[in-house]
Amino acid sequence: MIEFDHVHKRYPERGEALSDISFALAAGEMAFLTGHSGAGKSTLLRLIGLLERPSRGRVVVDGRDLGALPRRQIPLHRRQVGMIFQDHRLLADRSVFDNVALPLQVMGYGHREIGRRVRAALDHVGLLKRERATPVALSGGEQQRVGIARAVVARPPLLLADEPTGNLDPELSREIFELFERFQYVGVTLLIATHDLSLVARMPYRIMTLADGRLVNDSGGW
Amino acid sequence: MSRVRRPSARPSELLLIWLAHHLRSARESLRRLFGMPLPTTMTVAVIGISLALPATLYVGTDNLRTMTGRWDQTAAISLFLRHEVDSDTARALAERLRARPELARVELIEREQALAEFKELGGFEGALEALDDNPLPAVLALYPGPDHATPEQLRALEQQALALPEADFARMDTLWIERLQAILALAETATLLLGALLGLGVLLIVGNTIRLEILNRRGEIEIMELVGATAAFIRRPFLYAGAWYGLLGGLCATLLVTLSATTLQGSVSRLAALYGGEFRLAGLGLGGTLAVVVTGVALGLVGSWIAVGRHLQGAEAH
Ligand SMILES: Nc1ncnc2c1ncn2[C@@H]1O[C@H](COP(=O)(O)OP(=O)(O)O)[C@@H](O)[C@H]1O
Ligand SMILES: [Mg+2]
Repeated sequence: MIEFDHVHKRYPERGEALSDISFALAAGEMAFLTGHSGAGKSTLLRLIGLLERPSRGRVVVDGRDLGALPRRQIPLHRRQVGMIFQDHRLLADRSVFDNVALPLQVMGYGHREIGRRVRAALDHVGLLKRERATPVALSGGEQQRVGIARAVVARPPLLLADEPTGNLDPELSREIFELFERFQYVGVTLLIATHDLSLVARMPYRIMTLADGRLVNDSGGW
Repeated sequence: MSRVRRPSARPSELLLIWLAHHLRSARESLRRLFGMPLPTTMTVAVIGISLALPATLYVGTDNLRTMTGRWDQTAAISLFLRHEVDSDTARALAERLRARPELARVELIEREQALAEFKELGGFEGALEALDDNPLPAVLALYPGPDHATPEQLRALEQQALALPEADFARMDTLWIERLQAILALAETATLLLGALLGLGVLLIVGNTIRLEILNRRGEIEIMELVGATAAFIRRPFLYAGAWYGLLGGLCATLLVTLSATTLQGSVSRLAALYGGEFRLAGLGLGGTLAVVVTGVALGLVGSWIAVGRHLQGAEAH
């Protein structure tokens, strides 16, 4: 599903944020990406979502060589990648329903189909009753679940999460990870950046560790 | 490279969805404008005034053209007769002149008649009463036929008329009409120039308003890009906003022009009455109204197009 081939990312003002990263993540796999703050986790995820392009090397997602993808196709690529952020990135002036509906609206779904899918996604994360609320009326854990519902509502085959539990207490974090496990169970590929090591270590999933932009440890794959 | 999948739907269904999205965009944009009534009103008013100024000038010169056009046909020489010429002589002279082929019509305004008309204008009764004698001369209005109305012919005619023993002095109405027409031509050029300048102003106003709106909604735009919105999808509401501003501004302008015309109508009627005529000010008319509104929409669209092109690069990997 994801393939990195000698990928480098250099920021002119900061030097190499990622150096010579190579790995492959199979379809349906769930993996954690850990490492100290500034290790390059977010940068790696941004390359997959095409929010950035590598300075060198090749990134292939779902068979698409991202380097060869014309600009026009970037939006279509992003529709195939659900992204979840630590700060949720919700629209404060729209209801939970409208926030979750956004990807479907963007993709041109009809009214009824949107209603059906949004409710299914909200049901999945246990927020069906809060669809009329605005994000500020929700707790941190609930907001993150809205973010997750938005990421999965269009049923992308790949989910990326950047420190999704960074602001949550252990109990809520565990609930979120359980949610991710359920998606993995139905065949979604997940790559989750986190430094919640204590939680991650107890789960039977692949862990990739970044340090100063290098992949220093990989419990699975090659 | 595998193709990125689109939601599967029949073409006709896609068209409907596309139309529905446009409708939603347009409605959403309009709702947003009404959601911030003060800034919207200001922007619309500025656009309205900018469009109303050249439109008013246009209507003004257009009316003057109509007015002078009417006088053009009656371009005449007023021949004032000497004071001692009595009315019988004057009538005989008028009769003689009517026989001349180059004159289509000759009108005699006798002294008593001139006095009566003068009195009707009002305000002069006292002054006239103070005089024992009627101070007004008799006037012959000479209307040349259409084939004898060039400025040269008119001047020749004036010379001949002046040579008559009964003539005191003559006044030609053509010179000031020629001058007025030169001024009108100038005014029309100025209107065009002013229109172009103010049109540019409208572009800048709409462009800047849309630019601020884009900056205000940066976060929202980023999120839309994140979930896979195309550049066209993100641009659409801003383009609609520009078109709405233009439409509202255009309507505001036509309202302003109509209001000015209605306000001026009273004074114009009074003025026309002083010249013994009647004149109804023409407003913008249907064509003019349409032109102003369409211009507004077009300028709004182009203005927002420029802003959107400069400030929305669309989904892009850095
Ligand atoms: N847009 C950027 N411009 C310049 N430097 C950046 C940018 N994004 C990240 N970096 C740098 O790249 C390194 C990796 O950052 P990041 O991927 O955010 O790390 P992590 O998510 O693991 O904390 C950091 O040193 C950071 O300062
Ligand atoms: Mg990070």
